[in-house]
Amino acid sequence: MRYLPHTDEEISEMLAAIGLKSLDELFTSIPEDCRRTDPLDLPEPLTEWELNRHMDALAAEMAVAPGYKIFLGAGSYHHHIPEAIRQLLLRSEFYTAYTPYQPEISQGTLQAIYEYQTFVTRLLGMEVANASMYDGASALAEALLMAIRVTKRKKVAVSRLIHPFYRKVVETYLKAPGFEIVELPSREDGTTDLSSIDHPEKYAGIAIQSPNFFGCIEDLRSFGGKIHEDPKTFFVVAFTEPLAYGLLKPPGAYGADIVCGEGQSLGIPQSFGGPGLGMFATKMKYVRNMPGRLVGQTVDKDGKRGFVLTLATREQHIRRERATSNICSNEGLCALATAMYLSSLGETGLRELASLNHDKAEYLKGALARAGVKIPFSAPTFNEFVAEFPDGFQEKHARLMEKKIVAGLALAPFYPELKNHYLLCATETITKDEIDALIREVAS
Amino acid sequence: MKEPIGTTGLALNEPLIWEKGRKGRTGFSLPKRDVEHAPLDEALTGDGPDLPDLSEVDVVRHYTRLSQWNYGVDSGMYPLGSCTMKYNPKTHERQAALPGFASAHPLLPASLSQGILRMMATLQRFLGEITGLPAVTLQPAAGAHGELTGMMIVRAYHNDRGAPRHKILIPDTAHGTNPASSVLCGFSPVPVKSNERGVLAPETVAELMDEDTAGIMITNPNTLGLFEENIRKIADIVHGKGGLVYVDGANMNAMMGIVSMGNIGVDLMHLNLHKTFSTPHGGGGPGSGPVCARQDLAPFLPVPRVKEKDGTFHLSYDHPKSIGKVHAFYGNVGILIRAYSYILSMGPNLKKASQLAVLNANYVKEKLKDTFYLPYDRPCMHECVFTDKWQEAHKITTLDIAKRLIDYGFHPPTIYFPLVVHGAIMIEPTETESKETLDTFIASCKAIAEEAKESPELLREAPTKPKVRRMDETRAARHPQLAG
Repeated sequence: MRYLPHTDEEISEMLAAIGLKSLDELFTSIPEDCRRTDPLDLPEPLTEWELNRHMDALAAEMAVAPGYKIFLGAGSYHHHIPEAIRQLLLRSEFYTAYTPYQPEISQGTLQAIYEYQTFVTRLLGMEVANASMYDGASALAEALLMAIRVTKRKKVAVSRLIHPFYRKVVETYLKAPGFEIVELPSREDGTTDLSSIDHPEKYAGIAIQSPNFFGCIEDLRSFGGKIHEDPKTFFVVAFTEPLAYGLLKPPGAYGADIVCGEGQSLGIPQSFGGPGLGMFATKMKYVRNMPGRLVGQTVDKDGKRGFVLTLATREQHIRRERATSNICSNEGLCALATAMYLSSLGETGLRELASLNHDKAEYLKGALARAGVKIPFSAPTFNEFVAEFPDGFQEKHARLMEKKIVAGLALAPFYPELKNHYLLCATETITKDEIDALIREVAS
Repeated sequence: MKEPIGTTGLALNEPLIWEKGRKGRTGFSLPKRDVEHAPLDEALTGDGPDLPDLSEVDVVRHYTRLSQWNYGVDSGMYPLGSCTMKYNPKTHERQAALPGFASAHPLLPASLSQGILRMMATLQRFLGEITGLPAVTLQPAAGAHGELTGMMIVRAYHNDRGAPRHKILIPDTAHGTNPASSVLCGFSPVPVKSNERGVLAPETVAELMDEDTAGIMITNPNTLGLFEENIRKIADIVHGKGGLVYVDGANMNAMMGIVSMGNIGVDLMHLNLHKTFSTPHGGGGPGSGPVCARQDLAPFLPVPRVKEKDGTFHLSYDHPKSIGKVHAFYGNVGILIRAYSYILSMGPNLKKASQLAVLNANYVKEKLKDTFYLPYDRPCMHECVFTDKWQEAHKITTLDIAKRLIDYGFHPPTIYFPLVVHGAIMIEPTETESKETLDTFIASCKAIAEEAKESPELLREAPTKPKVRRMDETRAARHPQLAG
């Protein structure tokens, strides 16, 4: 086996050095009745070439662009990723390294994550960002737990227009220790109804997503004002599509206390939903209550600039049961990918790309409306939006799939009142011709 | 010894990325604009974030130079205890990058995603076979996430029986994530002292176990590299009081084909695919932490679950007793693909991997036990723990030894863990290191121990060969500068 370097002769020499005769004797400290007697029932090893063939066959059973035209977003977005990023991520000094606990030989990872943290603060308009969480959903759950920890209140409010799967994860995280979750209703224009928040001081934190699950841009200014009628209540803004902040004012500009969400859009392949990137940013005054790792700048013995993991007294390996979170491994390589992606785009490129995403979706929206499809929500959107199709569209949706077009995500399973409503997404990867082809099919 | 493998070479300085670039450059091939600009309310739009404009060459040079300041498994031996830094096969990167996998949208209907669903179902079966615990979820994104999921399952199990419990037993040798994960589920951790042999004694567990205790979290082999030899008796005691036995599978690399956890009284456990199953650590993730459980705990696993019906696969949400979701989608699928590829490449050779991992650790232990103090002189599993006791006389600490190893060209072992051993040096060579690499490592350790006596300054000043020297960590914590 090519990953196991030992020859039989070496095994004998090493056993002799230990004073043993066989590999089995290495395990005498395991009581007899604990040892496994049956062999592992696994298939015989594949050669590299057999593995390639097998994996190619599995991959061929998946529907992906460009063979398929996929108008799906809903928390996972298809964007172009420069080949330079794919190759740079294969620098094995990055991807085969452990967590940078030994800073002298981890400066590459440490500086890159410091730069990532900086980019995140600039993108979201916040003061401090951590080195990443597992994904957008767990980042939101940890944000609410942090609000509960700081305020010592036991109730949070969550907009029903936050991604339904994120709300499920929040429920899992908060119900175990017994905290209460109140759901904020939606309004007719596709945004969250904040009139139901009568007393913000009752809540540890209030969370909304912008752009929300319907793609609608929330009125963060009004929300911030309302929530901060009690300055202690955490104003938590979540997101699934951070590219929007290439165009939109960042949540920090509206006084958000924690901004968190999914960074997959920024240079990370969709990979059937993971690995992604939990982005997490807050205000400096809350830094010691933050979950997750932080990289900080310092100097070495000779006064030379360098970077280390810092403020570790918040973390599980030091603080154990009193840690701010149990997180250890995060999504370091994905954070690196995002830093590379934002570096490749730059300020100018990010703006143009965000604007292109907005405009493609607007083109699709306008064309659908002209084809007689209803656009039920009037709030502005970014690169996805809801369309209400006539009765019977479900069959057409299925037929389109046979023609290799996935015409959005049915919303009824998540919002039963939204029969015939679909969430459609168009990023920069979708061409005008492909949109026109979809419209022809819908109209036919 | 021969010339040490650590040497100096040309490292290139590289500024912070925003100290580079020029307004108007771009490193991105923007798609052609084929639609009109559409207006967006100006009250909503901002100036856009302050990011540097760089060319593709600028970006490539920046990250290439940064990468050269790092040390990875591909650079050399990485004997980081409890982290299982084995070689990460290159073919795994090819498989995970196949467009059919990498570009797959997670909300595609099952009919359009059979390939990944089939892979997931098969991987679940493999992990069930390796652990002897057949009910598997692949959703947790890391080891600690698996622990959290496992503890939620334990909690749901007791609640379902109508008798919620509030405490959990955790040995003093446990990883910090164990108490942190259990607290997140509302459990109070009760520490359990290990005995003079470095393992748990059944009597100690019996004294602490009661009917308000949900169970025990054991790392087996434990973080001293010792097999918890009383595991069956402990399991009987815990089960006798209605509790569950959870195993932290961080050290499973010693156990594949050697011990079936399901057969020794373990009810559920997590695996770290980024340790035992050879997926890369990525400089701190992404990892993957599947949970494997007894079949009767299956109703509590997270949703969705991958199910098969008549040869086709689907995601099933209809499990009313489930703890819910722990990940937005289905876990770190890109990592699952790598672990799946590893198991297919290894097959029953996984047992050989465990045997050689244990052989390597015992070889290092035997060869170094006259060099460094060995607090538990017993056959170890995949890792062994030394201390700096014999170097204390020269005012040399574990940290100095670790830093000097860098100059010799090795990544240091895990240090100052487990906490029960003062000045711990925890070495896990893994099975992918050859005898000659181990011999060079051993010779380097011996040379360092000599230096500790003859010229201790070399250790205190170490490392001198990397681009930077020891960092001022106190300053970093007192005056946090976390963004530029």
